Amino acid sequence: MRPDEISFRLPPPAAAIPARPPEPVPTMVPLTIDGRAVEMPAGSTLLDACKTLDITVPTLCYLETLTPVNACRVCVVEVEGARVLAPACSRQVESGMVVKTRSPRVDLSRKVVLELLGSSVDLSTAPGLAEMMVEYGARPERFQESLGSASSVSSVAQPVKIDNDLYVRDYGKCVLCYKCVEACGTDAQHTFAIAVAGRGFHAHISTELDVPLPDSACVYCGNCIAVCPTGALMATPEFELRQAGAWRPETQAVTDTICPYCGVGCTLTVHVQDQQIVKVTSPFDNDVTRGNLCVKGRFGFEYVNK
Amino acid sequence: MDLHITGAEATDAEREAVDRLLGAPATGWQGAARDIGRDGRTAVGGRLVSGDRDQLLPAFHAVQDAIGWISHGALNYICTRLSVPPAEAWGVVTFYHLLATEPRPAAVAHVCDDIACRLNGADQLCRDLESRLAHAVHRSPCLGQCDKGSAALITRAGSDPERFVLAPATVDQISTVLASPKLADNRRASEGGPSVGAGAGARIARRIMVADPTSLASYRQHGGYVALTKAIGLGPAAVIAEVSAAKLLGRGGAAFPTGRKWDAVARESARPHYVVCNADESEPGTFKDRVLMEQDPFAVIEAMTICGMATGSERGFIYIRGEYPESEAAIGEAMKQARAAGLLGSRVAGSNHAFDIEIRRGGGAYICGEETALFNSIEGKRGEPRSKPPFPAQHGLFGKPTAVNNVETLVNVLDILIEGGAQWARTGTAGSTGTRLFCLSGHVAKPGVYEIECGQTLRHAIDLAAGIPGGRALQAVLLGGAAGTFVGPDALEMPLSFEGARAANATLGSGVVMVFDETADLMDTLARIAQFFRDESCGQCVPCRVGTVRQAELLSRRGGSLDPPTVLLAELGQAMRDASICGLGQTAASAIESAFANVPALKGRAS
Repeated sequence: MRPDEISFRLPPPAAAIPARPPEPVPTMVPLTIDGRAVEMPAGSTLLDACKTLDITVPTLCYLETLTPVNACRVCVVEVEGARVLAPACSRQVESGMVVKTRSPRVDLSRKVVLELLGSSVDLSTAPGLAEMMVEYGARPERFQESLGSASSVSSVAQPVKIDNDLYVRDYGKCVLCYKCVEACGTDAQHTFAIAVAGRGFHAHISTELDVPLPDSACVYCGNCIAVCPTGALMATPEFELRQAGAWRPETQAVTDTICPYCGVGCTLTVHVQDQQIVKVTSPFDNDVTRGNLCVKGRFGFEYVNK
Repeated sequence: MDLHITGAEATDAEREAVDRLLGAPATGWQGAARDIGRDGRTAVGGRLVSGDRDQLLPAFHAVQDAIGWISHGALNYICTRLSVPPAEAWGVVTFYHLLATEPRPAAVAHVCDDIACRLNGADQLCRDLESRLAHAVHRSPCLGQCDKGSAALITRAGSDPERFVLAPATVDQISTVLASPKLADNRRASEGGPSVGAGAGARIARRIMVADPTSLASYRQHGGYVALTKAIGLGPAAVIAEVSAAKLLGRGGAAFPTGRKWDAVARESARPHYVVCNADESEPGTFKDRVLMEQDPFAVIEAMTICGMATGSERGFIYIRGEYPESEAAIGEAMKQARAAGLLGSRVAGSNHAFDIEIRRGGGAYICGEETALFNSIEGKRGEPRSKPPFPAQHGLFGKPTAVNNVETLVNVLDILIEGGAQWARTGTAGSTGTRLFCLSGHVAKPGVYEIECGQTLRHAIDLAAGIPGGRALQAVLLGGAAGTFVGPDALEMPLSFEGARAANATLGSGVVMVFDETADLMDTLARIAQFFRDESCGQCVPCRVGTVRQAELLSRRGGSLDPPTVLLAELGQAMRDASICGLGQTAASAIESAFANVPALKGRAS
């Protein structure tokens, strides 16, 4: 802008404040899910439709605040006339669709997917996974039984990566849901410190050349920790308490407050155990943060504990 | 976004290699020496302003060719040039087999140990080479030379890099070639070119071994560029009408109606439109597209030009797999001649249509033959398939409407225009019009590419290849490659048409007819197929990423001496087929399941 273009001009006095333009009326798409008719705005997903009908569809790599990558495939549903199952989290509703969220095909796929994960990944700190396994009758040990020994069943087990003071990365617990990559990238932070590297079973989350986090572009916002569904990414206080067998979420007081650092006003959810702050998160449905924080809000609480 | 580049810097040689491709950097922000007068006030870079991301894979190839591997410094320089975050670039470079991220000898051999070559002792060949040459030898999935019996892709990095295929290849030959300073000097002249058979009714194959593939004049003498002239006269809508009337189905494996695809792209209002030729022919046992590209490259270019004109596209890409250096060279030379003759460029053949083509070299990834993975690969991303819908006709390359076709499919269009669609459709059957190139390999006396009218029997195809040598009995035939189906000797009368295959619960896929006689160890073949999918899965979705590993483990269990666990394998196969994102996972169990269902010797083992 040229300097002579910079000027301040008062708006002309208005007789009345113009009315807000009407909300665009979305086109409604009729479809049937589990025998029940529903109309959804065009562009909604099958998962949105299921939520409208109070039908529970299991998800793992899905999060409201992130672009669906439909990589985990536990949310698959059966669309009548389709050759293969469809991921509910990303398939958009189409007029006249007839969908089954539970069918022998759906249940088998969910069971096998859970078994594949359970046999290759440490899911011990993944909330909800054990219940899902029970619901679908998944028995990950089937592979070991058929292959004879645990050593012949490939897994992603590996040492925990501890290369900074703020959080640890335990990729033996990683289901490769891509959520952390999305949170680090275009869905939230735009830092691009991590990406999926390698291929096939060797695909893994990595910095460039797998350099330690302090050498990478990481800014320690911890937004990847917030979206991790399995506890593969964990703030150091929680990790150390768990190691010591002293992590007791049932005893923790959980309090919402406002971050004291800057004027943005992020909502912090402070988790307190034994008079110590042990974790800070932010609600995903918060208008200000959408679950995201910066390094100060998420990790800058040590002065309270001292 | 600020690029966060740390660690090593590129060597002069690495910079030169990248600059040869991209030109010298314009500002300090893009890697030139920092000049405060020029760079101090204006920043250039950032993810959103970078329109060159699609040069990422070509830049990696440039360094790989010149240096032999991609160092941290080279990665950093490429990222600076293209404004790509290093972590993302690392994700891309580690995706491709042919790109090395650790130092290795300048000259290396990628030796095929896939299913067809295994029947000729490729496993032993690889073991001998590994003990003699160690780090200079890499096992490779199918190199598309199945008619030669054994094959090695040889690459030598340097200022004058060499890439060529040695087929057939022996331990001594490969050792000699790798030890010599100029590799190609020791390259034996190819033994009589490709084995191509068609008989009197040759159509797609009629110029092969007849016309000179290096000469535009020779191509024109043999009917070249008649179709384009006719297409320009007809106009886009009429061209699409002819292709639709011909009922041409895609020859890459999915058999989608080509006319419908072109029509959908032509109708899209979003601009620009793109044409992509899928020449990432990686299905084990398939080599027809390679033969077409090497022996009739002008036909591929002419057909792409017609497709561009019909679909309103001015830019085309031909994505050639990295294992096909000869195809890349042939297409590149043909493009040069076509451009010089005004057959590519701003006014194609004097018309008002503009069209030009870029070659993109694959990096060694079977999955990039999946159309949406191919788009991602061109765009400089990891070759991971996208979820469909949306389909390429709406949301393809760079998010724009894209007509993506297999090489053989495109070449068929020439005759369709010359003869007229309805006339052309008289060949073949009602449901499968025209002829197809079948890739005969395995236990046949004369392996090669054979052009066969759709609807002829499987027996006819095997007879054309002179049958099984030594009077041995047929055990099984693999149709359609690793993603295809096994049929037993009872299927010899099956018509080679889409509907004939479907009726027999089989698939023709990409035209593979791999013959196994009674001496073949099919359990070994099945284990290799399972390993193939394990190695080639992109790793994006759980059913395929882990499922292909479990399938390989179950099939190679205790040397395959015991019967496979049937329930587990069946459930695994069902989940991969139903829940995987793309065709790779969906077909990863197909050959294995069909072998247990159809091959007499295996029937009892897993029913």
